[in-house]
Amino acid sequence: MLGKLSWSAIPFDQPIPLMTSIVMILVIGAVLAWITVKGHWPYLWHEWITSVDHKRIGIMYVMLGLVMLLRGFADAIMMRSQLAIAAGPAHGYLPPEHYDQIFSAHGTIMIFFTAMPFVIGLMNFVVPLQLGVRDVAFPTFNSVSLWLTATGVLLTNASLVIGEFARTGWLAYPPLSELKFSPGVGVDYYLWSLQISGIGTLLTGINFVTTILKMRAPGMSYTRMPVFCWTALASSLLIIAAFPVLTATFAMLSLDRYLGFHFFSNDMGGNPMMYINLIWVWGHPEVYILVLPMFGVFSEVISTFSSKPLFGYRSMILATMAICILSFLVWLHHFFTMGAGANVNAFFGIMTMIIAVPTGAKVFNWLFTMYGGRVRFEVPILWSIGFMITFVIGGMTGVLLAVPPADFVLHNSLFLIAHFHNVIIGGVVFGAFAGYTYWFPKAFGFTLHEGLGKAAFWCWFIGFYLAFMPLYALGLMGATRRMQHYDNMGWQPLMIAAEVGAIIIFCGVLCQIAQLVVSIRTREQRRDLTGDPWDGRSLEWATPSPPPVFNFAVMLDVHGEEAYWSIKQRAIEEQRLAEEPDYKPIEMPRNSPTGFVTAIFATATGFALIWHIWWLVIVGLIGAFATFVWFAWRDEDEYEIPAAEVARIDRERRRVRTEVLLPSLSRPS
Amino acid sequence: MRDVPESVIEPVDRSPRGSGRRREAGSGRAFGTLIPTAALLLLAGCSEGVLDPQGPIGSQEKTILLNSLGIMLAIVIPTVLATLGVAWWFRSSNTRAHYRPEWDYSGRVEMIVWSIPMMVILLLGGITWVGSHDLDPPKPLPAPAGAINVDVVSLDWKWLFLYPDQGIASVNRIVVPAGTPVRFRLTAATVMNSFFVPQLGSQIYTMPNMATRLNLQADKPGSYPGISAQFSGDGFSGMTFTMDAVSPGQFAKWVKTAQASGSALDAAGYAALEKPSQSVAPYTYKSVMPGLFDAIVHTQAAPPEAPRLARTGAKPAPRTEG
Repeated sequence: MLGKLSWSAIPFDQPIPLMTSIVMILVIGAVLAWITVKGHWPYLWHEWITSVDHKRIGIMYVMLGLVMLLRGFADAIMMRSQLAIAAGPAHGYLPPEHYDQIFSAHGTIMIFFTAMPFVIGLMNFVVPLQLGVRDVAFPTFNSVSLWLTATGVLLTNASLVIGEFARTGWLAYPPLSELKFSPGVGVDYYLWSLQISGIGTLLTGINFVTTILKMRAPGMSYTRMPVFCWTALASSLLIIAAFPVLTATFAMLSLDRYLGFHFFSNDMGGNPMMYINLIWVWGHPEVYILVLPMFGVFSEVISTFSSKPLFGYRSMILATMAICILSFLVWLHHFFTMGAGANVNAFFGIMTMIIAVPTGAKVFNWLFTMYGGRVRFEVPILWSIGFMITFVIGGMTGVLLAVPPADFVLHNSLFLIAHFHNVIIGGVVFGAFAGYTYWFPKAFGFTLHEGLGKAAFWCWFIGFYLAFMPLYALGLMGATRRMQHYDNMGWQPLMIAAEVGAIIIFCGVLCQIAQLVVSIRTREQRRDLTGDPWDGRSLEWATPSPPPVFNFAVMLDVHGEEAYWSIKQRAIEEQRLAEEPDYKPIEMPRNSPTGFVTAIFATATGFALIWHIWWLVIVGLIGAFATFVWFAWRDEDEYEIPAAEVARIDRERRRVRTEVLLPSLSRPS
Repeated sequence: MRDVPESVIEPVDRSPRGSGRRREAGSGRAFGTLIPTAALLLLAGCSEGVLDPQGPIGSQEKTILLNSLGIMLAIVIPTVLATLGVAWWFRSSNTRAHYRPEWDYSGRVEMIVWSIPMMVILLLGGITWVGSHDLDPPKPLPAPAGAINVDVVSLDWKWLFLYPDQGIASVNRIVVPAGTPVRFRLTAATVMNSFFVPQLGSQIYTMPNMATRLNLQADKPGSYPGISAQFSGDGFSGMTFTMDAVSPGQFAKWVKTAQASGSALDAAGYAALEKPSQSVAPYTYKSVMPGLFDAIVHTQAAPPEAPRLARTGAKPAPRTEG
């Protein structure tokens, strides 16, 4: 009846996971109880859970990413503490079977459930606004994507309480991840969480490529799209090309584990090396899926806060698309040490270096964007400048690792760990926080506390260098990754320095939590009434903050590369806004519980597959399918916002704009 | 069963820059002297690491590493300084900075910003191409006075080193004559690992069903720590070994002692060795059943009912260097 599931799956004998589980369950229980007592369920259900509004979905994605950042960060602190003490004869407080789960979960969570939701969340919130449209191409699919990602999050975290997580590293290389060497449910948790959330991600990719290619405001040709939309397009194209590879690779490993196939096994002609090639055919584009949209964020932020257009706009597009294509030609640099031969290694090494050319050009273009500008040192540009400095260092060590003879001594070492944290924290995380601070007022109608934001930046920036520069040195000293303990006492001081760095980053995280709390409590004083708090240049700043559900009362006509900037300049020049348009009723997609209900069935299916509860697998699959059938046969999928309501909202916006842009006109009244 | 012939060779601690002494330092007083110690260690040039190479492969790799780093720093340092400088000079409060709100394109600047990384990559690409060929792991080292063959098998969680020419085997310890090239063939009995002696250079994967090749040499006598650099399960962290380079005379003595003592690595011995174990202390086998290495490579590949040794992927790579 319950497959492999029994009481022994609960870690009663292991104090650390048990305590963590209890705390986690208590916190979740308290939040749910609070919602119930306060009677927030109907609001949550109607306004958020069933919402198909891209802005709401984007906000929920970012919240998911932030919560998972805390979870992944807890893993990081545990690992750093373990390594700070496990020197010489000491073996630390985490036994290997637990430590191995922690580093596997850390990598999996940070990439799939922190960085991805953050990137996709920003894309969701911003892209339709910047394109001047009312929603994405497939709003209900968008909700399905979100909730399938949440399913993956739920399953991964459930492994903490019930059973175990993978002990194989975040990419689960076979043969270690085969049933023979990993007989537990850990790898199955890994496989099914990522398979289910991967479907969601693929749907997102399709959704955004369709949106960007087919749904732009009139006049917004490709070469007038904001760079963030271009990077979102590149990222979505990569998702469509790369995620099916991941799905197929995991499917083959699942067949090995569940039905005794031999794709990657040691015997019967299986070949584990094929898995390593395939996983990196997905894995290398994945890092560009994460970082390209962040390049877009930095482009927006640097241009806005320098009060200048982005320098070399077309060159930036060219660089973005070049990276998009090149990212598929470099995967082998993750395993030069497999012994593929000099020609193969040299080819992939040089291809990898070529990516540094468009990336380097981008850095210089950002530099020249600031050149001749008026740089306002607010929080988003601090993250951007911090990024530029950190990322060139990370890029340099990356190119160093792309030289095969250098990689032969640095592969899998802590140098490598330092390198990819250097680019992922310096690029993706800094970008995520720049975007978070930049678009927060647009999403909620008030700005974030600036002092705490700056404190958070400095903690992250300094903490990052203190945490990861010692790892570069340790890598050169011969320390490898995934060690649970080490013999060389000489490494300990650097390990302790890295731990101190992690603690400083933790202070940054605390500042961010405080920033959010303080900003919400003082929101009345920090209201953004203008809808354009940073003197922005793209169309999202043409809407009020927060934007109405339909975003734009009428479709704007776009002239030039900086759509809103030109509208603003014309209004100031002519001392009047454009003519009031003829307001028409707007059709908007209806909310739908399809995504949420599908995800419940998907969670049941995933859990049942992990524990071999076959009847529940069937129930879950039928349920998910039936939900889609029910959705496909819906009678009404849109509702109408009457013209009068649209006019009321837009006239208020016009009144505010007049006040802000044309103070001389609004003063007499 | 286990025989530790340590008495044959005096403990070797002649690696330069006193790495042996450093091991004792810095355990208890870590917190108080954290920053100075960290700085000191950084400046001390990472003893025992890849920046302290003890053989030709490691030395060349260190040179390539430092040259590439130098070439890139020539661009990276000015870029970082320029970023800080431009951002600071063009701060909005600086009235002396010239505001050019419309300046968003210059063909000349674009040409320069694309050319700089291109030229760097052209240079590094050349280093990469030449370096990849010169330092390809299977490429034999010049061996005027002959080389020594060692076959490496990674097991859960220890290293087995077979000496096909001497007919002996050793666990978690390789002894080789200093100044003599070592030709490795490597495979895995269970999961993947990576064979790595940081001070000697190149690491290479050990993989089931396959034999990889690697050539290294220790120039001077010394005891060099070795690790697995590819995570392989719970016992991974204890999967360390030492590679002891000794004088030819001492090596001959060690071989003789090993041949005379310990047990034989026959089918039963291998079956016992194959069982997972952790942090195994080094010991030797006096003899090895013939063809063990090839058998380990092949057993995995052949389905039990019909051996398919003809399958190209399953064959161990032949020794091209003779």
